[in-house]
Amino acid sequence: MSIEEVKSSYDCVVIGAGHNGLVCAATLARSGRSVLVLEAAGQVGGAASTREFATGFRVSACAHLLHLMSADLMRELNLAGMGLEYAAVDMPTTALAAGQPPMVVSEDRLGSEGAAYVAYAARMRRFAAVLAPILAAVPPRLGTQRWKDRLALLGAGWRIRKLGRRDMRELLRIGGMNVHDLLQENFTSPVLQGALAADAVLGTNFGPRSPGTVLTLLYRLAAQASAGAALAQPKGGMGALCEALARSATAAGADIRVSTPAARIVVEQDRAAGVVLESGRSIAARTVISSADPKTTFLRLLGAHFLDAGFVRSVNHLRTRGLAAKLHLALDRAPRFTDLEPASLGGRLLVAPSLEHIEHAYNHAKYGEYSAAPLMEVTVPTVNDPCLAPPGRHVLSAVVQYAPYGLKEGWQHGRQRFTDLAIDTLEGYAPGLRASIIGVELLTPEDIERDFRITGGHWHHAELAFDQFFMVRPVPGAAQYLTPVDGLFLCGAGCHPGGGVMGAAGRNAAHQVLKQVS
Amino acid sequence: MAPVGSYDAIVVGAGHNGLVAACYLARAGLKTLVLERQPYIGGAAVSRRLYRDFTYSNCSYVCSLLRPEIIRTLQLPRFGLQLIPYEGGCTMMRDGGHLALYDNHDALRREIARHSKRDAEAYERYSRDVMRQCKFIKPLLMREPPDPTSFKPRDILELLHLGQRFHRLGERRMYDTLRFWSMSAADFLDEYFESEIVKAHFAGSSIIGTALGPRSPGTAYVLLHHYMGDIDDTVGAWGFARGGMGAISNALGASLQASGGAIRSGVEVARILVRGGRARGVALASGEEIRSRLVISNLDVRRTFLKTMDPGDLPDEFLRRVRNFKIRGSSGKLNIALDGLPSFPAIPAGAPCIRGDMHVTDTVEMMERAYDDWKDGRWSRAPYIDMLIPSQIDPSMVPDGKHYMSVFVQYCPYVLADGEWDGQQRQAFGDTVIDTIARHSPDFKSLILHAEIRTPWDIENEVGLTEGNIFQGELTMDQLLFNRPIPGYAQYRSPVRGMYMCGSSTHPGGGVMGAPGANAARAVLRDLRRMQPA
Repeated sequence: MSIEEVKSSYDCVVIGAGHNGLVCAATLARSGRSVLVLEAAGQVGGAASTREFATGFRVSACAHLLHLMSADLMRELNLAGMGLEYAAVDMPTTALAAGQPPMVVSEDRLGSEGAAYVAYAARMRRFAAVLAPILAAVPPRLGTQRWKDRLALLGAGWRIRKLGRRDMRELLRIGGMNVHDLLQENFTSPVLQGALAADAVLGTNFGPRSPGTVLTLLYRLAAQASAGAALAQPKGGMGALCEALARSATAAGADIRVSTPAARIVVEQDRAAGVVLESGRSIAARTVISSADPKTTFLRLLGAHFLDAGFVRSVNHLRTRGLAAKLHLALDRAPRFTDLEPASLGGRLLVAPSLEHIEHAYNHAKYGEYSAAPLMEVTVPTVNDPCLAPPGRHVLSAVVQYAPYGLKEGWQHGRQRFTDLAIDTLEGYAPGLRASIIGVELLTPEDIERDFRITGGHWHHAELAFDQFFMVRPVPGAAQYLTPVDGLFLCGAGCHPGGGVMGAAGRNAAHQVLKQVS
Repeated sequence: MAPVGSYDAIVVGAGHNGLVAACYLARAGLKTLVLERQPYIGGAAVSRRLYRDFTYSNCSYVCSLLRPEIIRTLQLPRFGLQLIPYEGGCTMMRDGGHLALYDNHDALRREIARHSKRDAEAYERYSRDVMRQCKFIKPLLMREPPDPTSFKPRDILELLHLGQRFHRLGERRMYDTLRFWSMSAADFLDEYFESEIVKAHFAGSSIIGTALGPRSPGTAYVLLHHYMGDIDDTVGAWGFARGGMGAISNALGASLQASGGAIRSGVEVARILVRGGRARGVALASGEEIRSRLVISNLDVRRTFLKTMDPGDLPDEFLRRVRNFKIRGSSGKLNIALDGLPSFPAIPAGAPCIRGDMHVTDTVEMMERAYDDWKDGRWSRAPYIDMLIPSQIDPSMVPDGKHYMSVFVQYCPYVLADGEWDGQQRQAFGDTVIDTIARHSPDFKSLILHAEIRTPWDIENEVGLTEGNIFQGELTMDQLLFNRPIPGYAQYRSPVRGMYMCGSSTHPGGGVMGAPGANAARAVLRDLRRMQPA
């Protein structure tokens, strides 16, 4: 069905068919709203898609692991029934370090650090469980007289209080701390410290010494606490998840149109009234929900002239500079990492041998340079899911940090050298890898910006930091999925609780729409 | 004459906070004794003659935060304290450019506009917003932080009070406040200014004394230090103490003695004595024991609990937390005697800004790179420098025609990655700083008569501050308010009854502010009243 065949009026139009847009659309459609989803690209999924980067080789374009989406949400949208299958679940994490055997990060494999790790992991899990409900709800507003907002704040306070005095004190202390200090307090092994710190800084503009990195770690753990499975790999790559989401939305009655970019949001009598497509066609809607990043939504699709100057300034100041690049290698044989157990190759490998290593990698990013010795999160998805490559061949997928948006020397210039540097790093752990490469792709934040239409190419749409978090995410005045324009809502990763393939923003936004527009 | 007998209260350490606490206790009628390891009082607020007739403020060098209520109550002007506000300041760049700060609002606007017209406009917004945060935070300095885990009425009321004050800001400003407290100085300044030098000038105050860079989240609020000054009730003013920073300590000492308190200097406390879970007094290094019902430590928490107490007297969990308290040396200091006033060609002749604080830095990036050096255990090769020539305003510090320059340097590590601090390393550090200044002042080197170079290691050894950290502990979110110094012990009390803390390790932290001392004395007096219902 082409775009000419859809209705000219809907209850809701969702801009963008990334996972958050699809979750939002499916949730609204299931509540009986007529919903149209507009996607600029030729397929659904946005940054959560599967992409063919060399003939016959496919890979998850950005995020390559599923571990944040809540089990409730997946059940609610019946993703299993819609064809979502896992190639692997509960994948192990293995830390690589030069000159040392790989270290499997698991309670029973850490030797002398084992007891400390058990205590640490248990404590962090308790904290995560307390914070998890915050991710699944619309953030409260401050300073209102409404009991709902007050109760939300009191509820969060009460859950923290219920941890008991000792845990509460510890949470209130480490909440604002840097992950470097936290790990120094708990562990002595540099490799373990590095591996645990990697989870705090992946996808952020921070190094382990940056205050607030315990928050980003807790954020990740809180999402994992209610997730369906720890570190899973969808069969067919991340795109398969979004296809299941799309089927769920369609089954509930939503229309989805790909290759149909929205040009602008229509405002009539001070409220959103629909969308004009790049083709020129208008579609009327009582509610427009944008899963695009806040800068794209407010400055490009809506237009600054509909907003007051202070709000526009806040949007302009939103920090959206991406730091993570994605490296995809097509290999003619399975990579052989030195001393790696066979089970680990199907899991997650971390190149983060120490806190200093990560901090040094980050130093460069502050000055618009790429890391000389990057931090990497590596998977070989074809170990669990051979159909992503021709028979006997393999795909290596790596998140490589730090590769800043707005590289000073320009990515035109730096791309090849950074790619070589990342491959050399891997070659050090897997000798012979380079010789087995038959195809290479590097997605820098600038490529991610272009291909997935995310301003700055940041996989959280907006930096995850205290001052862009919870009640002030993305900006004060738009933190409850509402915007200053009636009828216009946000549902993307730029909103609370942020990005990663979580879907919480899409679902919370849908609930807000249902509440506001009856 | 050495005082004899037993005391109501012994204060360990005659830093400014110890003296403030002692003053309040003595004024409440307690028999109070302050013990000081050095032969002089003041801790890091001292004036010393280390070279001929030059007086150096050889540690802390500026008076901005000393609470006016303390100055008034303890009648410090009566005891000789004179504060002289200084005007403006400037930043000099490597390319010869400069930014001068003036007290005169119009002059300041014109000066900023010279670099960027937009920034001149933004400055109005900036100072209004920062001032607003100051007004919010200032009244909290002199209050005991509530324990959020406690159900005691006092804590609950205090929490409610905090909540109410916050609520009164209104929705929009509450968000601003949340953001302000958690942002990096660099990001915060980026929201206002475009000119590199304007950003670099303001960013300076966000890193002084901290082991963080201007890009580290949580540094924005340190900018407040520049605005929280209260000299002569002029909000935001900084000033000199006539006769150097020691004048503050001396006035406090005199005030203490006038209230009946006693000071013994040149005696080192070796142990705080505890029996039956109660503080009983102190044992000096000489072996002498002095009894006292109350012991109040002005030393930082690490030194207090790990070096002057028996670990057996303290719970293990508490000791673990003390060890985890972050005190990091990050600053160095040079005190320089000059044969005359050095020239700074970048600054227009006769501009008053050389009587204020002069920064040598280029960009926020340069400051961040200076921090990267520190992280790797090196002193900054291109350091951030904050220098003052107080003898221009207070000639009593120097012989006729000569000058004294105080040079604060960020960053300088406590432990070097390559070897120990020795004479050679110290000299190399000093040379780096002197060379940096000389780039902006051609005659500077030839005017140097004497230079005292102080690394964090020296500051620890002389003043007793662990790692030479000037704030007795990092001012990061995990070590502020109810977390400072240790969750559950943020109200100046310790696990040992009768034993208190009053140094900058406690709320609200460092700077020559006196608030920790005053707050601690209040906590002590409240406990006494509870123990002996009159």
